[in-house]
Amino acid sequence: MRRVVVIALLLALPGVATAADGKQVYGRYCVMCHGPNGVGNTNPDSVVGQGPGRDTTIQPGIGPSLRNVGALAADFYLRTGYMPLKRTGLQPRRSRLLLSNAQIEALIKYVASLGHGPPIPHPQPERGSLSEGQRLFASNCAGCHQIMARGGYVTHAVPPPLGQATATEIAEAVRIGPYVMPRFSPKQISNAQLNSLIRYVQWTQKPDDRGGLSLGRVGPVPEGLVTWFVGAAALVALCLVIGRRLHG
Amino acid sequence: MGKARDAFLSGVVLLLGRRRTPPQPDAHLLPPAPKHTRAETVAIALLFIAALCAAAFPVVYFVGSIPAKTQYLGLSIGLALLFLAAALIVAAQSVIPTEELAHAYPPDEHEEDEEYVARLVEESGKGFTRRGLFKLGLVSAGGALGVAALVPAVSFGPLGVEEFYGTPWRKGRRLVDENDVPLRADDIDEKALYTAFPEGADKEEQGSAVVVVRLPRSSLKLSGQVEGYDADGIVAYSKLCTHAGCAISLYRAPLFAPEEPRPALVCPCHYSTFDPADGGSVTFGPAGRRLPMLPLAIDGKGELRARGNFDGPVGPSWWGVRERRPSP
Repeated sequence: MRRVVVIALLLALPGVATAADGKQVYGRYCVMCHGPNGVGNTNPDSVVGQGPGRDTTIQPGIGPSLRNVGALAADFYLRTGYMPLKRTGLQPRRSRLLLSNAQIEALIKYVASLGHGPPIPHPQPERGSLSEGQRLFASNCAGCHQIMARGGYVTHAVPPPLGQATATEIAEAVRIGPYVMPRFSPKQISNAQLNSLIRYVQWTQKPDDRGGLSLGRVGPVPEGLVTWFVGAAALVALCLVIGRRLHG
Repeated sequence: MGKARDAFLSGVVLLLGRRRTPPQPDAHLLPPAPKHTRAETVAIALLFIAALCAAAFPVVYFVGSIPAKTQYLGLSIGLALLFLAAALIVAAQSVIPTEELAHAYPPDEHEEDEEYVARLVEESGKGFTRRGLFKLGLVSAGGALGVAALVPAVSFGPLGVEEFYGTPWRKGRRLVDENDVPLRADDIDEKALYTAFPEGADKEEQGSAVVVVRLPRSSLKLSGQVEGYDADGIVAYSKLCTHAGCAISLYRAPLFAPEEPRPALVCPCHYSTFDPADGGSVTFGPAGRRLPMLPLAIDGKGELRARGNFDGPVGPSWWGVRERRPSP
């Protein structure tokens, strides 16, 4: 009851972001690629990369349609700083937010009003199981993002590290599959499993390093280097000490 | 075979039967070594133990029923090297007399001394009373280690690679997920990666796991041997990379095709990249041949079934991998 009153009050306040405000922001930052009213730009002769010192290419379209992507996708792309993109043809990366919080909220409302897309999810990682999450992450995500969620490489793309990802962002990314990431429908990963998955990712953000040194948690390469350089050097030193002892 | 045995036997006789009688100097510099010292016996015994350990390697390699084979292979080689080293240490420390040089070598002016040293070296070998047996021990330890090092080359084929061609896939076998639930064609979405196994088969077997993806039918370029291998745009490939056999766990699935890289199956180990629309052809990386493709069909209940076996051998490549197609 109280929540309803608060929401009603917020809506009544002047200056609260609305879909109409969102349309203004859209016209300023998004319309060039995503087209008027979010229809997308799939003109077969779109020119990309204009400007000094850049290779110009012609490709079929420069912006996908935003109809039916819903508040879920808008929230993900805007809160992570993936959009607006610096220029077309780049992989969207987590970056400093260009838009203010009010602009983002307005834009999310506007994009949601363009069709019947999914709403912003509300995952509850505390209800998930850490071990199930690890199993799911290992079989679905670790191939690209690496088992400690430190990110990695695929040919022609960079799976990002998940150190800064919030629970909501993870839930959104799993359903969208941003850039070249596969998407996972609720049939593949249910909402309950998603809670476990997020719990695991949150654990990787602050794991307890029992051994002390984490060595970047990027797997066997730094561990091997330490073994060779520190361990092997120690063995050689030991041999020298033994040699000295034996020969006075 | 008979000739080889004769050659081996005559070699052994030659080695053991040879008796050299070097000119004996009048007096010995070193006190005469006691006959059959314990250290010598120990060194010879260690050499033969090393030979035995190394000889165990081909046995373990060729006997199929041994569990944890890799560990035993490593153990046999490791122990053989260990015993060989121990034998050489014992021989060097206790059998061969040693003398330490206290001062630096003077310039070449003491002819007599040189002769003295030469005789000393000559006589040092006299510490061995059973020279032939020690040599035999050395030869058998070295020979067995050499054989053990060469035996794995058999894995290159053409013998003993039969099991690499076998897969559990048969015509009509259903595709199931890791919980043995059959995969339905309607449940396979575009832009998603599925792993499937043959129903009722061992999921750990190397030919079992396949990756399943759905692509727009218009984007498929299946021709030649793999023509018509898809089922309504759904394609299945072996999950094992043809380079080093890692699991294909990366799927590059563009959200907006014009701007982003094409769909690709990628191996996380060395980034071999395969084109799922083009019969799994290699577009990048060290893999030397296509991903083996599994022909699919949709049955009356909408479930996915195999329409035969892969079009090529699954798993990492070896010598002669392309010679024939896999067998059930």
